[in-house]
Amino acid sequence: MIYLDYAATTPVAPRVLDAMLPYFREDFGNPSSVHRYGQRAEAALDSARETVASALNCRPDEVIFTSCGSESDNLALRGAALAMQEKTGANWILTSRAEHHAVSKTAEQLEKHYGFQVEWLNVDESGMVHPETVEEAVCHETAIVSVMYANNEIGTINPIREIAEVCHEHGVLFHTDAVQAAAYLPVDVDSLGVDMLSLGAHKFYGPKGVGALYVRKGTPLVPSQTGGGQEFQLRAGTQNVPYIVGFAEAFRLTNEEREERTAHVKPLRDRIVGTVLEEIPNVRLTGHPINRLPNHCSFALEGVDGNLLLTLLDAAGFACSSGSACKTGNPEPSDVLTSLGLPRVWALGSLRVTLGVGTTIADVDAFSKTLPPLVEKARILATDKNR
Amino acid sequence: MNTDKVVVAMSGGVDSSVAAALLEQQGYEVIGMMLRLWSEAGREDSNRCCTPDAMTQARRVAALLDIPFYVVDAKEIFRSTVVQYFLDGYAQGVTPNPCLICNRAIRWDFMLDHALALGAEFLATGHYARKMKDESGKMKLLRAVDASKDQSYVLHGLTQEKLAKTLFPIGDYPKSEVRRLAESFGLPTATRADSQDLCFLAGEDYREFLRRNAPGICKPGPIVSRDGQVLGEHQGLAYYTIGQRKGLGIASSQPLYVLAKELATNSLIVGREAELGRSELAAEDVNWIAGEPPSTSFRAQVKIRYTASDAPAEVRLMNGQQARIRFDTPQRGVTPGQAAVFYAGEVLLGGGIIV
Repeated sequence: MIYLDYAATTPVAPRVLDAMLPYFREDFGNPSSVHRYGQRAEAALDSARETVASALNCRPDEVIFTSCGSESDNLALRGAALAMQEKTGANWILTSRAEHHAVSKTAEQLEKHYGFQVEWLNVDESGMVHPETVEEAVCHETAIVSVMYANNEIGTINPIREIAEVCHEHGVLFHTDAVQAAAYLPVDVDSLGVDMLSLGAHKFYGPKGVGALYVRKGTPLVPSQTGGGQEFQLRAGTQNVPYIVGFAEAFRLTNEEREERTAHVKPLRDRIVGTVLEEIPNVRLTGHPINRLPNHCSFALEGVDGNLLLTLLDAAGFACSSGSACKTGNPEPSDVLTSLGLPRVWALGSLRVTLGVGTTIADVDAFSKTLPPLVEKARILATDKNR
Repeated sequence: MNTDKVVVAMSGGVDSSVAAALLEQQGYEVIGMMLRLWSEAGREDSNRCCTPDAMTQARRVAALLDIPFYVVDAKEIFRSTVVQYFLDGYAQGVTPNPCLICNRAIRWDFMLDHALALGAEFLATGHYARKMKDESGKMKLLRAVDASKDQSYVLHGLTQEKLAKTLFPIGDYPKSEVRRLAESFGLPTATRADSQDLCFLAGEDYREFLRRNAPGICKPGPIVSRDGQVLGEHQGLAYYTIGQRKGLGIASSQPLYVLAKELATNSLIVGREAELGRSELAAEDVNWIAGEPPSTSFRAQVKIRYTASDAPAEVRLMNGQQARIRFDTPQRGVTPGQAAVFYAGEVLLGGGIIV
């Protein structure tokens, strides 16, 4: 099997796993405990926080560890929206339909149950949110703006710094979901100018089940999980020390190796894009052609059941994904692809191929050779289905 | 040992699970597949063949066997062929058997095509039936070893070509043995209650389904006797089946049974129990497993419903796809729209749709 779905998740790097292991066994303490077990766990936690802060270019007390990227998005959006509503009465949320569901569904819930109104920002045909669009929509009644750094489905990178500037000119909080971006893009929160930024470790060779939220000092935030006073009163619950240690080590390595990793995947990715566009009829690249994650390519194929194509690819030994992750054989085009204005017969045929440290040129060539005949098969079967 | 790839149609139930396990044991490279079939909007959770529960169960079995498992969307083709066939049948005054068309157009066409596209040599199912190759290389379709579970009736539409690409791994075992095998393979042995309901009816009476999906075909009309006497009013021919006694709403000195439906006059013909028997029937759209009939006229055991017993009869060919069947003794419940299937002992010769 050849794994080409690094945007879904990545294997834990051996160095990361090694760093985690002692905190399951000998150093298993609760960081809140007084005794030396607790002290050692707390020291590990503090050191992890410092590592992450240094990679983000922020203060350690601006890093909140969570259980995953989705939780970070929930805490940021719900926490800031509720705090701003209380503080200023602002009740508008600005975000786009191309966001990850962790953001868009949270916004919908805030609208349905908490009296907020959501304005869905338009994206261009590459899925990009333009600062001017934000400028037109933002006002003093805006509680928070949330625009993702890079799109998980189509790879497009948004002009985060410019959007953050627009928000701040209006005194409005800005959050970005950087879960997909962090593996390849610099996440210097100071230079990005964001107020909050979400991360998830398993996208960059860390373990699943641990994430973080950067919260700029002074950002008003209501905790979404209440209980003990952990994480600066913002996220209750005993910290998952081994996973947090793993997060920090994975993030540190990612920052250290960012350029090498990019240099490895980008030409391989370009090679795939080249063959797909040359050899397969009626296909287009989705997302931005240039401003996109370097390990990421995504396509829309006319008249193909995307789910069936994944099945054929898996049987042929390639693990990829589509826009509408669906294992139940009930295909619906994804919100993201729909937001781009793609016709349904194209949007149903989505394919995402994402590369990583383990990808070789032989993998890519094998894939490029296998894909075109499988697309043809899938198209024949689709005609079969609709006859 | 076999090294071929085979796709197993998995339902999550014990039969198809054991089928997959047996094939794996025989060395095949096994792939599990389930079709996502059509359900009325809002009733997807009750579809007997592909509920989320059934999918979870099938996925669990696939994980236990360490085989890949895929769900393939077949909603539209299922609706446009099987469900449409069902509605059309009732509109034409017959009692259609959509499982027959499902096997022909969905399982052994759409699904088989998908199996072949995945690189498989065979499609396997958990049907209780057997296939065998004779000396001349012809494929034969046989009843299951467990006569009480035999499902060959619904497979009478298979051709030589399709049968050659088909495996029935559990047809050689009695049900009790299949259960025992499930245990020994460590597979879940729970079976859903055997039901003859159609999957897309989602456990509901077919009459309700027709009311919603084909309201036009249910026109009230007269209930008449063989001699043309009007005895009452029916609610729509589709709501009655041949041989039905209850629910006619007619006061009569002796029990009355539905004998036939006359579409031209929208009449429901009723009569006494003695009139139910028919000694002849005609079948059309006849398929011969061997590709051709054994001769123009031959003796066979004939099954007129999935649950009917064998009835000895003489089968006479009218032309390639039509046959007349004359029973040795009159048969009750001869129902247009159901299949008449011909057997010579264990071997299924062919079958057609009763007209």
